[in-house]
Amino acid sequence: MLVKTKFLLYTAGIAALLTLTRCFYSDKQNEGEQLYTQYCANCHMDDGSGLRNLIPPLAGADYLENHRDDLACIIQHGQTGNIVVNGKNYNQGMPGFEHLSKGQITNILNYVQTNFGNKNPRFSIQEVEKQLFKCRHLLEH
Amino acid sequence: MNKNNLRLYLSAALLGLAAFAWQSCSSPAEQAGGLPYLGERQLVQREVDGQQVTDTVYHRIPDFAFINQDSQVVTSLTVQDKVYVTDFFFTTCPTICPKMKSQMLRIYEAFEDDPRVMLLSHTIDPKHDTVAVLRDYADRLQVNSDKWQFVTGEKDSIYSIALQYMVSAMEDEEEPGGFVHSGAFVLVDQNRHVRGIYDGTDPVQIDRLLRDIPTLLPKKKKKDAGKN
Repeated sequence: MLVKTKFLLYTAGIAALLTLTRCFYSDKQNEGEQLYTQYCANCHMDDGSGLRNLIPPLAGADYLENHRDDLACIIQHGQTGNIVVNGKNYNQGMPGFEHLSKGQITNILNYVQTNFGNKNPRFSIQEVEKQLFKCRHLLEH
Repeated sequence: MNKNNLRLYLSAALLGLAAFAWQSCSSPAEQAGGLPYLGERQLVQREVDGQQVTDTVYHRIPDFAFINQDSQVVTSLTVQDKVYVTDFFFTTCPTICPKMKSQMLRIYEAFEDDPRVMLLSHTIDPKHDTVAVLRDYADRLQVNSDKWQFVTGEKDSIYSIALQYMVSAMEDEEEPGGFVHSGAFVLVDQNRHVRGIYDGTDPVQIDRLLRDIPTLLPKKKKKDAGKN
């Protein structure tokens, strides 16, 4: 019984340690990556490859350049209807994430723009703010 | 630093041990190198030559009938003598489904040329996921309907068969997309016994599933099936 309790305590200790390490790890710099994993990777995959003809890739996607000015609003409000990415049609709706702040959206965008082999210019928070201003009417109150 | 390392190794070893203990508990001894039989079992007494014999009756998936992406009826006969992997999803799922489907594609590709293995995906949103929607979904995944069936049917039959596969699936307005469901992949053998349940969003568990499938296939062709 005692051994069991000790073991349990030990396991709990390790779990706590692991959780703590995770907290320290999550500094501002990789907030983009974390948010990406949390909100985007389920569909666009960890490597930004998308899913066949169902979900468009982010890796090497011309859409990121052609629609740069729409990207912040797409993350905030989602998207429906057919879109063309690298010459292919996609028609799976994307949910929006209205609770994300402009800072968080900036971090996600910069993660996407500079990973998966992408080398697109970064976003400033001002640029994201300007974009979000255009679609503010979509915000639910 | 060294002390820390030692602690780390010790923790890893302990966790490993725990995992091993858990594994051995969850896999009954009857497996003898094979996969366990999951689900409730019954002991049935019968008489053979005047002697009482006890048989173990394992949990078995009951007969079913659904409609696939080609409007064809898919029944228990469709999966007769086949090993199949099944899951529950919906096409508009904003959360784990695409990841599940990308892992299912790995299984599809590994056993694409082996007719003894099939994939069966049930929609838990039959109202939206009509045959036409499933057709479009399968087409966009570029998969063949002989190998990978996407089925729809009466909501109640789908939810009740999910229970038989020991998978949770139900409507819940609070959840993103309106449904709560697990990302489980269920491995079923030729006799419709459940032989494994895996997290369909975890590539490591799917690695294990890919290794487990060949162990259910008849030995003579094992080499072909196990190449991946």
